Amino acid sequence: MAESGTLRFALNGQPVTARCPDERILLDLLREDLRLTGTKRGCDLGTCGCCTVLVDGRPTLSCLTLARLAAGRSVTTIEGVGPPQRLSAVQRAFVEHGATQCGFCTPGFVLTATALLRENRAPSREEIERAISGNLCRCTGYLAIVRAIEAAARAEA
Amino acid sequence: MPAADAPPVYRLLGSRIPYVEGPLKVTGRAEYTDDIQRPGQLVGRLLRSPWPHARLRSIDTTEARALPGVAAVLTGERYPTPFGVLPITHDETAIAVGKARYIGDIVAAVAAVDERTAEEALAKIRFDVEPLPEYSDPRTGTEKVAEPIHARGLAGSNVQKEVVQHFGDVDAAFARAAHAVRVRGTFAGVTHAFTEPLATIAEATPDGRLTVWSATQVPHYLHRALSEVLGLPMHRIRVVKPEVGGGFGGKSDPLPHEIACAALALETGRPVKMLLDREDVFYTNHGRHPTFNDVRIACDADGRLLGYDIEALIEGGAWSSFGTVTTYYNGVLAMGPYRVPNFRYRGRRVYTNRPPSGAMRAHGGTNIRYSIEVALDRLAEELGVDPFDLRERNALPPNSTTVNEFRITSTSFRECLAAVRRASGWEGKWRKLPLGRGVGLGCGFYISGSNSPIHFTPKMPQSTVHLKVDMDGGIAVHSMQADIGQGSNTLLAAIVAEVLGVDLDRVHVQRVDSDVSPIDLGSYSSRVTFMMGNAARTAALQLREKIVRGAAGLLHAAPEELEVAHERIRWRRRPEEGVSFLEALHAAMENEGALTASGAYQSKPMGGTFKGARAGTAPAYSFSAYVAEVDVDLETGAYRVPKVWAAFDCGRPLNRLAVEGQIEGSIHMGLGQVMGETMSYRGARLFNPSLLEYKIPAPQQMPEVEILLVGADDPEGPFGAKEAGEGPLIATLPAVGNALYDAIGCRFTELPITPDRVVRAREQRRKEGRPWKGA
Repeated sequence: MAESGTLRFALNGQPVTARCPDERILLDLLREDLRLTGTKRGCDLGTCGCCTVLVDGRPTLSCLTLARLAAGRSVTTIEGVGPPQRLSAVQRAFVEHGATQCGFCTPGFVLTATALLRENRAPSREEIERAISGNLCRCTGYLAIVRAIEAAARAEA
Repeated sequence: MPAADAPPVYRLLGSRIPYVEGPLKVTGRAEYTDDIQRPGQLVGRLLRSPWPHARLRSIDTTEARALPGVAAVLTGERYPTPFGVLPITHDETAIAVGKARYIGDIVAAVAAVDERTAEEALAKIRFDVEPLPEYSDPRTGTEKVAEPIHARGLAGSNVQKEVVQHFGDVDAAFARAAHAVRVRGTFAGVTHAFTEPLATIAEATPDGRLTVWSATQVPHYLHRALSEVLGLPMHRIRVVKPEVGGGFGGKSDPLPHEIACAALALETGRPVKMLLDREDVFYTNHGRHPTFNDVRIACDADGRLLGYDIEALIEGGAWSSFGTVTTYYNGVLAMGPYRVPNFRYRGRRVYTNRPPSGAMRAHGGTNIRYSIEVALDRLAEELGVDPFDLRERNALPPNSTTVNEFRITSTSFRECLAAVRRASGWEGKWRKLPLGRGVGLGCGFYISGSNSPIHFTPKMPQSTVHLKVDMDGGIAVHSMQADIGQGSNTLLAAIVAEVLGVDLDRVHVQRVDSDVSPIDLGSYSSRVTFMMGNAARTAALQLREKIVRGAAGLLHAAPEELEVAHERIRWRRRPEEGVSFLEALHAAMENEGALTASGAYQSKPMGGTFKGARAGTAPAYSFSAYVAEVDVDLETGAYRVPKVWAAFDCGRPLNRLAVEGQIEGSIHMGLGQVMGETMSYRGARLFNPSLLEYKIPAPQQMPEVEILLVGADDPEGPFGAKEAGEGPLIATLPAVGNALYDAIGCRFTELPITPDRVVRAREQRRKEGRPWKGA
């Protein structure tokens, strides 16, 4: 049986202590153990980006990340984006521009876009496309997503 | 003052309405099947056949059952009743019975306390199998074979369905034709690649009931299949549809894992969750059929179409699925958007030992359309006319009947052609751009809801919507229509709000739950806007009548003297005088308490009386004309599509945001099929069951899209609307194919058109000494 360890990290701004086996995957810890189901399981292979979370502000595929690598770090899931009961500029733009259809990829895109706009307040179209190229969307053809990120950048400018 | 016949203007409908569940989706609060967790839930897992075709002589599950933590092990014999989406072709089982028919066929299912135990149990199941001949090429399955995949194959072959139709006299038409062209198309299979994997939870409770939560597009067909296979009456089964993360047809069949999951719940008495991994999803497939088609088109010296002569050989994979419909559609969906006076079709769908094909966005209308539109491009070239002129000359007129008796009511196809010709700057580009760059025209049409409700005898309404409004003034809407991301909940709410004059936030569309949702046939055949929309409008009009009567009492008016305005009921003649919506509502409630209303839609009888006449009949059709521009790298064969101009006739667009989203998403999916997506096989083995190897287009591959919505109001559509969910995909493929011809002078009849094929085609043309654009 695998070793279990105690894991301490910051989750959506709050300190968290979790006991989990060393081989526990971050996605499983979030979804199954902590019941934060906003992070989606799309492929378990790092191919779709639905499970994207931010680790120390950087988009990270939680299905390919061992939970223990989050030790001492700051993890942001979709539940930690935006003020409580309100939407962030990125989230608002996604709603207004129809950048979410089925919505399953949306949490990953919102986190990727949030991280992009933190680093680059006025990204070009090419920079947006590069930033989101690890997230798959089968509904929108990406055009509404790019428009939403551009609009969010303008709103935050 | 608008002219008397000017189309009406609506308060909400026709604008850009953000999706009502948007705020839940962008915050991760929307609940999908896998987000639900039931107390004491077990993990369900499936074992898939490693054999392409094998007789299952015996299965020993003793060791698996003995494993601590295993609650149930199921093989096919426990629930052997065959099912399928079409009542006439029930050839699927929840778990294989007697034979495994493809690599990936489900041969056993386990419920256990955790994933690891379930996997361990699956590994302990022992099989004694007899390998059977493998059939992975549909072309070899048309004759009698040694071991037909299904006993129901036609005359000992693997042919699942053969359709032969002939209208008019095709041979005579070709005999008098001035020109005839032939295109033989080859199409790889493609799959839906929705982002949410298939998932089901089932729970049997001591009250004798079974609840099933599932990622499905058609809760009603799932409900029926569960009842048939499990032997429970429908009223003891409750089907709930949480949010669904995309479907595109891939969640429209009742699927074996859904039934296996429910069976495990019945066996164990505990909730069971079955989440399929991505590889499972690829093996479940039900995507677009790999197809060979052979299209001959004849016209007279003036370019008037005289006839089509079409053959299609369609690979079905291991099961029937929607295949009988597919076989008809590959012929009859050739009947628009042009007038075709003579038509002959032979279509065959052949079983193979590969993952089943089924319905995928623009089902049955995509591959045949590609070959026809490429053939028309060639015909225009032979005639020496512009491809637009050839199509305009042959456009189906409004209020006409096709040779196979399809009823065409509204069509703005000519307007689509004119709009896209102008917007794309066609005259300055076609045959005028330098070598390597080109533009192409592709057109399409599609059913706005199948007229044939698959299961209903006697015929019942295809859609029903219930409304309930209580003192709070909130309006609850119930219907089994299935929002899978296309925005049908939003449209449903908007129609109700429009008719009642209220704000959108008063209207609450309830989650689909068969205990309380009246039947709607769900999201397939691009039917929801048209059918649910009409049912919703009817229900809301009933409710409006009751509320207006309430207002009439307060205002001492006759109801016909009043009108509905924004959150008010007022005098027609004195709009400044009236009562609020709530005042009118409460007055209406004094007599009857909470108000309810119910609306339904049933399409009219239509189609001819010959065998198969209903296939392809619909209460309306969408029309499209797209121009694509391509830019080919002459060295590598790689090409970009910098822009697509998309003229679409969906009647009146009710939610522009949703219509544009459907068109852009359709273009993405269509580009995927034309540029690279392939279900890649070596014999019977699927080689790319992952999203890494099955590549959908990246953001960088998306063209700029200019959308031109030019449809006139449809006479029977709700508020004049027709479909925009599936039809927008079709024209994308031939527009790109014909643009490549304009760019480099090569015809592509094998999809996808990959860079290596582009390079080979260019070399071939050069070898033949036929320069193009001077090179």
